[in-house]
Amino acid sequence: MDRNLTHRNRKRALKALHFIALFLTMAIICIPGLWIVLNSFRPTVEIMAKPPVWTPSFTLDHYRAMFGGTGEGGVPVFSYFRNSLIVSVVSTLIAILIGMSGGYAFARYRFKGKAGYFVGLMLFRAVPGVALSLPLFIVFAKVGIIDTHFGLILVYVAMNVPFTIWLTDGFFRQIPKELHEAAEIDGCTRWQAFWRVEFPVARSGVASAAIFAFLTSWNEFALASQLTRSVGSKTMPVGLLDFTAEFTINWGGMCALAVLMIVPALVLTFIVQKHLIAGLTFGGVKG
Amino acid sequence: MTRRRLPEWFVLLLPAFIVIAAVVLIPLIFSLYSSFTPYKLTRPSTLWKWVGTFNYEKILSDAKFWSAFGRTVLFLTIVLNLELLLGLGIALMMNKVTWGQRTLRTILMFPMMFSPILVGFQFKFIFNDNIGLVNNVLQSLGSDAALPWLVDGKLAMFSIIFAEIWMSTSVFAILILAGLFAMPRDPLEAAKVDGCTAWQTFRHITLPFLMPFIYIAMTIRSLDVARAYDIVQIMTGGGPARRTELLWTLMSRTGYVDARMGLANAMGYVSIILSILFTVYFFRKLSAARGQIGMAG
Repeated sequence: MDRNLTHRNRKRALKALHFIALFLTMAIICIPGLWIVLNSFRPTVEIMAKPPVWTPSFTLDHYRAMFGGTGEGGVPVFSYFRNSLIVSVVSTLIAILIGMSGGYAFARYRFKGKAGYFVGLMLFRAVPGVALSLPLFIVFAKVGIIDTHFGLILVYVAMNVPFTIWLTDGFFRQIPKELHEAAEIDGCTRWQAFWRVEFPVARSGVASAAIFAFLTSWNEFALASQLTRSVGSKTMPVGLLDFTAEFTINWGGMCALAVLMIVPALVLTFIVQKHLIAGLTFGGVKG
Repeated sequence: MTRRRLPEWFVLLLPAFIVIAAVVLIPLIFSLYSSFTPYKLTRPSTLWKWVGTFNYEKILSDAKFWSAFGRTVLFLTIVLNLELLLGLGIALMMNKVTWGQRTLRTILMFPMMFSPILVGFQFKFIFNDNIGLVNNVLQSLGSDAALPWLVDGKLAMFSIIFAEIWMSTSVFAILILAGLFAMPRDPLEAAKVDGCTAWQTFRHITLPFLMPFIYIAMTIRSLDVARAYDIVQIMTGGGPARRTELLWTLMSRTGYVDARMGLANAMGYVSIILSILFTVYFFRKLSAARGQIGMAG
């Protein structure tokens, strides 16, 4: 009886501990992001207030300034948003096409030095952006594609191709070979067999690869900060720095831009989150 | 009709090769060359002067470089280990949750979508000594000291490590959680019947099964460890007084602020080799772990 009771108490304590630990973890994950969102709606006076004000008031000033074009500091957020969108979407599409064909080659064909090629490709992805930006800066300046959408798209395609190959390779490998063989017997060409049979099966893998490619381009800073100079090509991560002057930082404006940056990524990820996890694990473990 | 055709696999891979060669390989060869010259952006003619390994000798005998290098390695070691441990802990906790697991998992994915530069900015705001959330909370709780989070060397390093861990732990947590979901139930039940303690079950059954998932997470992480550059750049810029200088910030300062491209490229090569070592190490671990659980493909 007594032993039963202590046992039950211990179980209860463990359960409470589990709950508290989980709650703390989630709080630590959520609070920084929520703090940014909250502050994007607070007037600057209140953000800077000393002692701190804990009851927030509500204002849309920062958003108005941001979309008004020439608000505080006159940061052309719209152009940055458009640049980011163009560069990310186009580079993702191209990277997926190129990466998919590469992944298919690795999954379906046998050739000499396959493992070597594979690791070699991945190593290019491991080159730190800052280290790559130094020579790229010089080369692009010589070729004359610095500060253009084209240059940035080219860079992001190259950055995303290896990882896309890795993910799609794992997915194509899971599709039994018999599938396209059957399709070819039925009179499809290899090309048709791919698009009509294999591609639909591997779609979730391709979707997750696309999300990763998009997020990488959308969020990239190290290369973009050196390869873009003007309003015509700066992306949002680079634009974020516009809010920091020598000694002052426009916190509210920065928060508003941060919210604008995170919303598309959030929405997109929610839509395909199921594929996201599947993509990572299948591509890696079974590949 | 015996015209030789390129093999199909080669044609399929060709676009990837071309893009990577154009954007990564050729610039890297160029930077390798320029790391043997005293190239300065302000004086283009210096590109044609060959100085041999002068730049490398210079950085290898430079105390500032070595302290940045040592700090980078230390930083990566601390960060990767903590991320793994925390990720494992979070995954195990999440696995026990019986209600609302999907929602929690979605929340867990939040930090993965944040741009590193955004994470840096976010924590620069939160750790701000004057108006930051942390100090505001501390002061409202009655402490009268304003802790100089990003001004003091040690505290700044702590803040950066915190930001980095906040950003990347979820990669580990989510992949390990996926591993836990995929885990067969039978061995666990057998262990229970045989009277294993919870720790023994974890150590000898759960953990070996999770290893490949852990290595995938490590491999993915090692591909972009250099993202920490974004965080450091915006939070402290390598300061105060170089206390948070990592290899990457030192390199970008040498290259862009001092315009000494040759020297910066030499540093770049050191950092590239460092990244590649990390990646190759985890890739090999990954294939070994795959072999162990019979998933080798």
